[in-house]
Amino acid sequence: MLTDEMKAILEKSKGTGWVLEPDAMKILSIAGLDVPEYIHATSVGEAETFASKAGYPLVAKVVSPDILHKSDVGGVVVGISSDKQLRETYKGFREMKGFAGAVIEEMLSGVELIVGAKIDSQFGPVIVVGIGGVGVEIYKDTAIRMAPIKKEHVPSMVADIKARKLLEGFRGSEPVDMERLSSMVVAFSKLVMDLAPFVESIDLNPVMCSGSRCVIADARMILNNAQG
Amino acid sequence: MDFRTMFEPKTMAIIGVSLHNDRHPANVIYNKNRFRYPVKVYAVNPQGGEYYKEKVYKNIGDIPEKIDLAIIAVRAEHVPGVLEECVESWVGGVVVISGGFSETGRHDMRDELIRVANEADFPIIGPNCLGIYSPSHVDSFFLPSERMVRPGQGNVAIVSQSGGILVDQMVKYAEQGIGLSRAVSIGNKAVVTELDLLKYLARDDQTDVIAFYMEGFGEGQGREFVNAASRSPKPVIVMKAGKSEAGSRAVSSHTASIAGDYRVFSSIMKQHGIVEAYDEYEMLNFSEALSCYSKPIKGRVGIVTASGGHGVVAVDRCNKSDLEVPLLPDDRQEIIREKLSNSIKTIASIDNPIDLTGSAQDDDFVVAARQLSLIDDIDCVLILLLPYIPEVTSDVGARLSQLYQETKKPIVAYVPHVEKYMMIIEGFQLNNVPVADSIEGAIMMVEAMKRCGQC
Repeated sequence: MLTDEMKAILEKSKGTGWVLEPDAMKILSIAGLDVPEYIHATSVGEAETFASKAGYPLVAKVVSPDILHKSDVGGVVVGISSDKQLRETYKGFREMKGFAGAVIEEMLSGVELIVGAKIDSQFGPVIVVGIGGVGVEIYKDTAIRMAPIKKEHVPSMVADIKARKLLEGFRGSEPVDMERLSSMVVAFSKLVMDLAPFVESIDLNPVMCSGSRCVIADARMILNNAQG
Repeated sequence: MDFRTMFEPKTMAIIGVSLHNDRHPANVIYNKNRFRYPVKVYAVNPQGGEYYKEKVYKNIGDIPEKIDLAIIAVRAEHVPGVLEECVESWVGGVVVISGGFSETGRHDMRDELIRVANEADFPIIGPNCLGIYSPSHVDSFFLPSERMVRPGQGNVAIVSQSGGILVDQMVKYAEQGIGLSRAVSIGNKAVVTELDLLKYLARDDQTDVIAFYMEGFGEGQGREFVNAASRSPKPVIVMKAGKSEAGSRAVSSHTASIAGDYRVFSSIMKQHGIVEAYDEYEMLNFSEALSCYSKPIKGRVGIVTASGGHGVVAVDRCNKSDLEVPLLPDDRQEIIREKLSNSIKTIASIDNPIDLTGSAQDDDFVVAARQLSLIDDIDCVLILLLPYIPEVTSDVGARLSQLYQETKKPIVAYVPHVEKYMMIIEGFQLNNVPVADSIEGAIMMVEAMKRCGQC
C-alpha cells in the first residue's frame, strides 16, 4: 500500500516525468529500505552543517529536474574530505542546468549492486539484481525475475550473477550479508508491486552491500507516460 | 475454453468452397477431410449448387446437422457476417483461415471478430492461420495432402503463431519419429491465444508435452501464461523468435536497458520451469526427450560409447550445458570390466565416459549401461552408439531400452539417422527411449529433463 506521503511525491513529480533523488529516497525509506544518512541541501551552509554532524568523507550529488543521469555531467562527487572541497563542489553544481540543491550523504563501502525494476508490457513488474556501478550496462551481469519476489528466490538470483564471487567474499573481502540483501530485495519488490501503476522503471544503483548493511546509495524512479 | 469438439469434430463445415477452383484453400480442406478423416464434411458457398455431385449449402444454417467445427476461408470483409451465422447455428468453434485483418491495417474487422467472439463466448482460432491438425481426427491446413509430411499420432502438442514454422517443424518431427497429439496454428490470435490453448492442453488426455512457437505475448499475457504453465502438470516448451533487442530505442534507466524484452522473456521462462528452446533444433530434441520422460533430473550423466572421440565431444558439450559427468567409483569400474566380453576386457577404458572400443558387442553396451544405471550419482545414461562397428547388431536398440523398464533411469541415445540404421533407432523409439541424430542433440535431450520444472 502506498502511503499518502508517497502518493503526494508521485503527484508532484508528474511534471518532470521522474522522481527527484531526494524524493525517491524518501519513498524508499518509508517503505522500510535502508538509505544513507543524507540531506537535501539548498545552500552551502546547510551542506556544511550536515558535514559537521555526519563527518567526512561524504558524497555530493546534484539535484536537478533537468539532469537524469548525474554522473554523466559530473554531478556526482565522491570522497569529499573537507569543508573547502564541499564548498567548491557545491559551487560547481550551482552552474548546472536546473540546479535545485545537492544531496549530501555519507560515504558507504561494500560491493556495488544494482537492484532495479521495470514494468514489462508482457509480464508486468520484473526485478533485476546484479553487479552495479557505472559499468552496469556494459557488463549486464544481472538476474531478472518476475515480481513479486519471495525471500527464497533471492539466492537463485545471486547464483545467476557471473561475478557472484564478489558477493561471497573475494580475496579476503567481507562477504555480503545475504539475509539483508534478501530482505532488501523482497521489500523493494513489494514496493514495486504498489508503484507499478505509476512507474516505468526504477534503478537503485549502486546499492552498497557489505557484511552489515545493504544501503541504497542512489535511486532513479522514472514515471510512466500515463503520469505525464 | 473447451477445444475438444474442435480437435475431434464429428461434423465440419467448410465455408467458401469454390464451385470451380479445386486449388482454392477451402476446396483443399474440404477434399482432404472428406477422403482422409472420420468427419462428416459439408461445403458452404452462398451460391449453393453442387461440388463433385455433393450438395453445396448456401448458408451454414441450412445444414441439417449441428456443426462441431467450421472453417472460414472467405474474403476478410465477409468474415464477420459469416461468424454471426456460425454463432446463430450453434457451431462448436471456428477457424478463420482468411488473412487481411490487422496485418494489413484493417483493425476494425479484427475488432468486429473479437466482439462477436466475446459476446457469444465463442472460440475462434486465427485469423490468418492454418488452424488445426489433429492426427486421425481432422486437418484444416490448406496444404494438399500429398505435399504434407505428417508426424504420426503421439503425445506432443505444438501451438504456433506461424503456420510456416509449424508445417516445417512437423516435417522435422516426422523425420525424427516424434508423434503429435495436436498441432495448432493460431495466426493473429485475435481471440484464442497461447494461454487458452495452454489451459486446455494441460488437461487434454491426448497430450503429455506442450510446445509453443511464438513471437511474443499480448499486453500482460506473459504473466498469465507463466502462471498457468507453473500450474500445468505437463512440461511446457517455448521457442521465441524475435530475440534481438531494438538497439536504437532510447531507454531512460539502466534497468530498462539491461532488461530488454528477450532477456526478460528468457529469464522468466527459466524462473517458472518452462523449457525455453533457443532454436528449432532444440525444440525438436526437447520435445522428443520430454515426450518419453517426465521426471526431473539433476543432470549427472553417465556416458557409454565405442569411440574415444565421441566421449570427448560429449563431455565438452555437457560442460557447456552445466551437466556433470561424475567419476565412477573404483569398485563399480571393476565390476564393469569383469563383465565385459574377453575381446575388450583389457582395452576398454572404464571411466566416465566408458569407451568400449570398436570391438564392442551388444552385450558390452548392455553391461556398461546397466551398471551406470545402477549408480545413484548418475541420473541419466547417454549411449553414443556407433551402428557401423562390426559386432553391434540391429537388436541393440531394443535390448538397451529394456534397461529403462528395468531400472527406470532415463536413457538417451545417439544414432545417425539414416535409413540403414532404422531398425536400431526404432528399437529404441518404439520402446520409448529417445534417439537424437547428433551427439549435441542427445545432450540437448538431457538438458531438457534437467530444465523442466513441470516434470
